[in-house]
Amino acid sequence: MNTPRVADGRPERRERGERLTESPLGPPVGPPVALIDLLDRLLTGGAVLTGDLVLSIADVDLVHINLRAVIRSVTADDPTPWARVVGPERREEDTA
Amino acid sequence: MSTTERTDARTDARTDARTDGRTGARAASRERASEESVLPRLPPREAPIRVYVYGISRDDGSLVPLAGAGGGVDGHDVRLVAEGGLVALVSAVPAEAFDEEPLRRRLERLPGLEELARAHHAVVDAAFARAPVLPLRLATVYTGEERVRGMLLAHRDAFTEMLTWLDGHVELGLKVFVDPAAASSAAHPSPEPAPEPTSPGREYLLRRRRQRRGTEDLWRAAEAVTAQVTRAVQDTVRAAVAHPAQQGELSAGRGVNVANHACLVPANTEARFRAEAEAAGSGVTGVRVEVTGPWAPYSFASPVAEGGEGGAPPR
Repeated sequence: MNTPRVADGRPERRERGERLTESPLGPPVGPPVALIDLLDRLLTGGAVLTGDLVLSIADVDLVHINLRAVIRSVTADDPTPWARVVGPERREEDTA
Repeated sequence: MSTTERTDARTDARTDARTDGRTGARAASRERASEESVLPRLPPREAPIRVYVYGISRDDGSLVPLAGAGGGVDGHDVRLVAEGGLVALVSAVPAEAFDEEPLRRRLERLPGLEELARAHHAVVDAAFARAPVLPLRLATVYTGEERVRGMLLAHRDAFTEMLTWLDGHVELGLKVFVDPAAASSAAHPSPEPAPEPTSPGREYLLRRRRQRRGTEDLWRAAEAVTAQVTRAVQDTVRAAVAHPAQQGELSAGRGVNVANHACLVPANTEARFRAEAEAAGSGVTGVRVEVTGPWAPYSFASPVAEGGEGGAPPR
């Protein structure tokens, strides 16, 4: 493992311009993002497509190191203060 | 790797040993090493390849600088697969690591999950710095480039529409934390002077009652701050979702997370969002508001997940 760890879990603050780097992909600029914020987005966000290898994250058995507890333990039927996400119409059939 | 090749290598080694003692000794030791290792040392000639997909963008040249840069999952090069006016950001990866079983095993360990998540994010983020991007869910893998092209064509209209919708926007995280320790040590002195304790037991009970009352106040204050912050930023927010509150080991040391929202905000109002959130969230001891990002629009890349997620305080 040589990816940077966030020891204290602090979220990063960086300005938009700082993200640009000289090299094509570049080393990460600024402090790394907190893993938990990243996992919020990568495990529940992102467009879900039916890849050839269907490996739904929900099906992955994240129990070997009690990973679900590490990541979160909230189940979610709580009401949201926000309106449902508004987006362009007709997204359902394509990205669902 | 075939058995034949290994047999040949051993034959060669024996030949060497007959002709030259020193070379033969090296060859023999190589032979022992190769017998000890379970797998052949040479890479297979045509290892099956899978295609890992990070995200989708428009085929307008913006992402060309990312191609071939390395920095993808496991250090693989990033490539662009273009079709129908769109590009998919991909890496060619070995099937032995990215077929379902190995990938599943990897995701079941936190270091493996973190490594993949950070690599995925690095590519999406680098793309997002240059162009609107539709991030894909972690671990989307296709069996070949043609399948990726087919996917781009099949969803072309929806992708194009999403990219138009997301253009010029950033995702900002908006989190509210309660830190009972900070509150009880600093700004929550007992509301009335403590009566003279009549016994150590009674003193303990009084203290506990004050603590409990302080904690309840704090949760109410956190709810009020959340509502206030939500109102304050509403004007700048195009769309929002509530992720589940963060709990568990990874969130340790930051107080108790009571709200964990993602907001889609026009990039040019990001500063206003931050200012509003910080202003609305300041001034309540023991309640903290954090803004994270800007993120690529991970939380807005597909319709809200079924079974709606909530951000209410844990009970």
